[in-house]
Amino acid sequence: MHEYSIVQSLVDAVEKSVKSRAATVQRIDVSIGELSGVDTGLLSTAYEVFRAGTCCESATLKIDRVPARWQCPKCSGEIGRGAVLRCPSCKEPARLMSGDEIILQRIELEVA
Amino acid sequence: MCQDCGCGDTNLVPLEVQTRILARNDSVAAHNRAHFSERSIFGVNLMGSPGSGKTAVLEATARALRSNTLAAVAGDLATDNDAKRLEKAGIRTKAITTGEACHLDAEMVHRALHDFDLTGVEYFFIENVGNLVCPAVYDLGQAVNVVALSVTEGEDKPVKYPTMFAKADLVLLTKVDLMIHLPNVRMPAIEDALARVMPRPRIISISARDRFGVSSWIEWLSGRRERMNALILAAEHA
Repeated sequence: MHEYSIVQSLVDAVEKSVKSRAATVQRIDVSIGELSGVDTGLLSTAYEVFRAGTCCESATLKIDRVPARWQCPKCSGEIGRGAVLRCPSCKEPARLMSGDEIILQRIELEVA
Repeated sequence: MCQDCGCGDTNLVPLEVQTRILARNDSVAAHNRAHFSERSIFGVNLMGSPGSGKTAVLEATARALRSNTLAAVAGDLATDNDAKRLEKAGIRTKAITTGEACHLDAEMVHRALHDFDLTGVEYFFIENVGNLVCPAVYDLGQAVNVVALSVTEGEDKPVKYPTMFAKADLVLLTKVDLMIHLPNVRMPAIEDALARVMPRPRIISISARDRFGVSSWIEWLSGRRERMNALILAAEHA
C-alpha cells in the first residue's frame, strides 16, 4: 500500500504552498484518477492517520475521483468502458484524456 | 465577518494550487532520466507480480547480450537474493531493500545511482518490487516500462490491474514453456485482455528456461535504444 507515501507527499506539497502564512489549513481538494493507481478509500484512511501533528491537522480532505476517459485522437470518438482501446472506425490507438491524475487542486486557509 | 460582502466567510481564503502531488518524485525522476540519457543508457523499469520471472528474464538477457553492457538495481522488501542472482549472471547490480515499501521511487533509484560505475553500460534495468499495483504510480526516470506477466497468473490479470498495463510499453509473457500444462489459459484471451487496457498492445512471449523469444526481446530492446539515441541526437542538433 503506497497511499501513506502519497499522503506524505500531499502534506509536503500543502506545507510548501502554505509556507509561513499565518493561517490554518481548513480543507484540501485533490483529484485522483481511476487509472492513477491510487485507491481513494485507502488514501482517506492514510490521511486520517497521518495528518495529526502536521499542517493538515484540522483540514478535511475532499477527494474528487476522476473516471478514466479514452478517446480516438483522430475523430475524438469516446471508447466505451472495458472496450478494446482502438477506435472502431479509424483504427487508431485510443488516447487517455483523463483518469491518471494525482493532483492537489486547492487549499482552503483560515486566515487569522 | 466578511469585510466586503458580509458573507461571513472572509477568513477562508482559497489557494488554487493545481500541482502534481508526486512533483518531487517526478523531478528526481527527470534527474535520473537525464543521468541515463547523457550516457546513452537505456533505462528499463521492469515490473510484475512476485514470481512473474523478472529476475529470470534479466539472467536470460545477460546470456544473450554482453553482460558488461548491463547494469541493474533490484528492489525487494527484504534480502538481496535477486541482486545476487543478477551479479552471478554478470550484471553489475545493487540491491535496494525497501523495508516495508511496496515499490521503488525515484529517490531510491537516485541514491543507488550515486556510486554506480556506469562505464560501458548500455542498458540499465530497474527490477521493481514484485507488485502489480504500487510500482506503476512512480516515475523512476526510465525510458520504458516493461511488465512481466507469467502465463500461470491467468488470462484476466491485465483487466484486474489496468493501471500497470496501461503504462506498459511492452508485456513480456513469461514461462510460455508451461502453456502445455495450462489448458485453461488461452493466448487469444490474454491478447484480448491486454487490448482492453493497453492502447498499443505489444506482447513478446518468452521462456527464460529454454530461451524461446529471447532474441525478439533483445531486438525490441536494441530497437528502442536506437530510437532513444536518435531522438537525443536530433534534440542536440535542433
